[in-house]
Amino acid sequence: MIKYLFAKEKNIPGGTAAIFFSFSAIMWFIIGTGIGSFNAAKLAFPDWFTHSYALQFGHMRQVHVHAVIFGWIAGAFAASAMYVVPALGNTKLWSEKLGVWNCLLWNVGLALGLATLWFGMTSGREYSDFIWPIDIYIALCMVLPLFINIFMSIVTRRTQGIYTTNWFFAGSFFMLIIVFLIGNLPEFFHLTGLNEAYMTWWFAHNVLGLLITPVAAAITYYIVPKVTGNPLYSHRVGHLHFWSIVVFYSTPAAHHLMSSPLPEWLKSFASVEGVLILVPAVAYVCNILLTMQGKWAMFVENVEIKYTITGVLLAIPLNMQGGFQQTRAINWYVHGTGWIVAHAHLALLGFSTFAEAAAVYYGVQTLLRRKLYSLSLANFHFWMLLIGFSLYWVSMTIAGLIQGAGKIYEVPYMDIVIAEHPYMIVRWLGGTMVFLGNIVWLWNMYMTVKQGEKLAPGVQPQDVAYAR
Amino acid sequence: MGFREYRIGSILFGVALSTSMVVTVYMPSLDISGVSSTATALEKQLTYGSNSGFDYGDLFLHGNDKPTKVILKKNPVTGAAMDDTAAYVFPAGTSFPSGLKHDNILGADVQALSVSMGKMDQAAEVTGGVFLVSSKVTNGVETPYVEFATATRGWGIEATLAAASETILAGAGKTMFVREGCWWCHTLLPEQTHDWQSFGRPPVLGDFNGESPTTFGSDRKAPDLLHVGSRNSSKEWMMLHFFNPRLVQPHSIMPRYDYLWGPKDKAGNVIDLVKWDEEFEAYRDGDSVYPPEVPEYADDSEIRYLMDFVLNSK
Repeated sequence: MIKYLFAKEKNIPGGTAAIFFSFSAIMWFIIGTGIGSFNAAKLAFPDWFTHSYALQFGHMRQVHVHAVIFGWIAGAFAASAMYVVPALGNTKLWSEKLGVWNCLLWNVGLALGLATLWFGMTSGREYSDFIWPIDIYIALCMVLPLFINIFMSIVTRRTQGIYTTNWFFAGSFFMLIIVFLIGNLPEFFHLTGLNEAYMTWWFAHNVLGLLITPVAAAITYYIVPKVTGNPLYSHRVGHLHFWSIVVFYSTPAAHHLMSSPLPEWLKSFASVEGVLILVPAVAYVCNILLTMQGKWAMFVENVEIKYTITGVLLAIPLNMQGGFQQTRAINWYVHGTGWIVAHAHLALLGFSTFAEAAAVYYGVQTLLRRKLYSLSLANFHFWMLLIGFSLYWVSMTIAGLIQGAGKIYEVPYMDIVIAEHPYMIVRWLGGTMVFLGNIVWLWNMYMTVKQGEKLAPGVQPQDVAYAR
Repeated sequence: MGFREYRIGSILFGVALSTSMVVTVYMPSLDISGVSSTATALEKQLTYGSNSGFDYGDLFLHGNDKPTKVILKKNPVTGAAMDDTAAYVFPAGTSFPSGLKHDNILGADVQALSVSMGKMDQAAEVTGGVFLVSSKVTNGVETPYVEFATATRGWGIEATLAAASETILAGAGKTMFVREGCWWCHTLLPEQTHDWQSFGRPPVLGDFNGESPTTFGSDRKAPDLLHVGSRNSSKEWMMLHFFNPRLVQPHSIMPRYDYLWGPKDKAGNVIDLVKWDEEFEAYRDGDSVYPPEVPEYADDSEIRYLMDFVLNSK
């Protein structure tokens, strides 16, 4: 990497930044899921690794959350944007050098942020736990260069229109900067009280709703038509998806605080807008699944499509839960229980992780012009992720329903903890499977770089992937 | 090329995003900021000080730069006996909570009373002072206000600390609560629709003015703690439970907080956690009849702060 940091722009091969980002994302995914698995073990077996300040659950939980969100998920977004945008614009990345620097700044900032969190320096606000100097760093040194690079690549494109994927990339990275700067106002200016509490969830809602959901969708808008060869089913439905994300998804922040004493109009408004999230959700899922017409065999045969479509299918329960669980009637039952934990993992480990894994698999192969080292290992990784995730999701959903019942009937809390114990063990097993699968993945990607079979000019990886 | 052909789209994008932010950021903030503080909000501000998270005064979250809550049974100046009174001592230089610094935090009527009756405007961070939460009844409506006792009653910082029958370091304790991530499992928000019987009265709109961060918590893996001091006020139980929750609750999944005791106990003896563990395991496996003793914590240990915070949550 060092040799590219100070190289002339023309001497940096195209795709360098994307490759760096891909591998950094996979590393963070391993670190993040490893810590997640460790945390889950502590919830199942609390006397494991005690006495240590650093390895205490309360210090490690937020490190897990931020390692996966900013290291893996946002890192994989950056990786995909950096090769998808130039490909769609028939051009090069605006600046590979900026991209390489961006990757360095990204990893330095994240390592610094996680280290401070780990040692207890926190703002005490969920999802915006980072202390405010780190927040400013993230906005200005991590996301802003990414946005500039992506936006300028779109501006300097050599094609007529802008494809759906690129609307989302440009829009989402821009909105992420805004969300970071507005959402952390309470820390910058020491805003207090319910304003602070509400802005905490305004940030948390929008960092998910305006970054993770739309960009993961943007990736699938690219991968599915590209790999299957089918044109996107409908650009108009894509328009509906994009605009309804901007209009509906940015508004229901208060639905995270339905049982808090916020103004009632705000909660009702958020609840209605929350149901309207189903508009972009349904438009998106239908659009992608209809694009698959006639090519459903690839769902089984092609590894990138297998990942992508699994992600899209997981978006169906995700959005059905997301649309309705925040209405007063259902929120009453599930608020603050493991159900929500399951839902969050459905969004991040289910829907978006599967979409991004596809993008990283595909990107590394096309950029290096090398075929995947081992398809079997890729399939093994897929099943480790899917089974691990399913164990996690199902066990936490059940645990959440138990907790909900206990909450409604005001059962002594200890009885709920005892009833949840088996599910805590299953969740740990599921999370550990994901972690182990990712180590295999890193090995597979490393070997692809070293030993992957070279692709002949004009051949795409999917063309040769199934040559038996 | 460029974005020329997307001009309308770009404008609409800006309009949509701005409108969304006006409705979801600006309008709620007007509504929330117009709410008057309750007595709870005043007590919380005076107990927790400026900020319980990362701040200039407390970069590493050690519980620095926090006021001390004391219980007085006698007047610190005259020495005359009086009803138990909670006073909040801000040593010179301690950061004030927002409500003492800005005019628009407490709500119009509370702010006006705090200035006219409480002489709050005479307080300054540089010199510190002693505060009380008082109230005045006008036309049958009770309005709480902040009283700057150093100005109204002449209570000095040293005199008040010396007269204290009980010293509660709940401000530093809330910092521990934030730093140790207690709020990842314990909420501070009984829900409005249930919880009344188990966890007590949910907070109301004005209970939070000036508090930062509020640490509601979102994922309740453990009982709500907003009123925990009312349910269980046993210091001994809390001490055992913090040291090793399995001592008093065999099925608990709470982590041990034995490391918050620091290196030495109250008597100055070194705490040997490894030896304690061995003895505890022998007890758990039935090889010994009694569990090992939990060491008494030192007065300036972090666990003392956290215990004070928990027991002060009434």
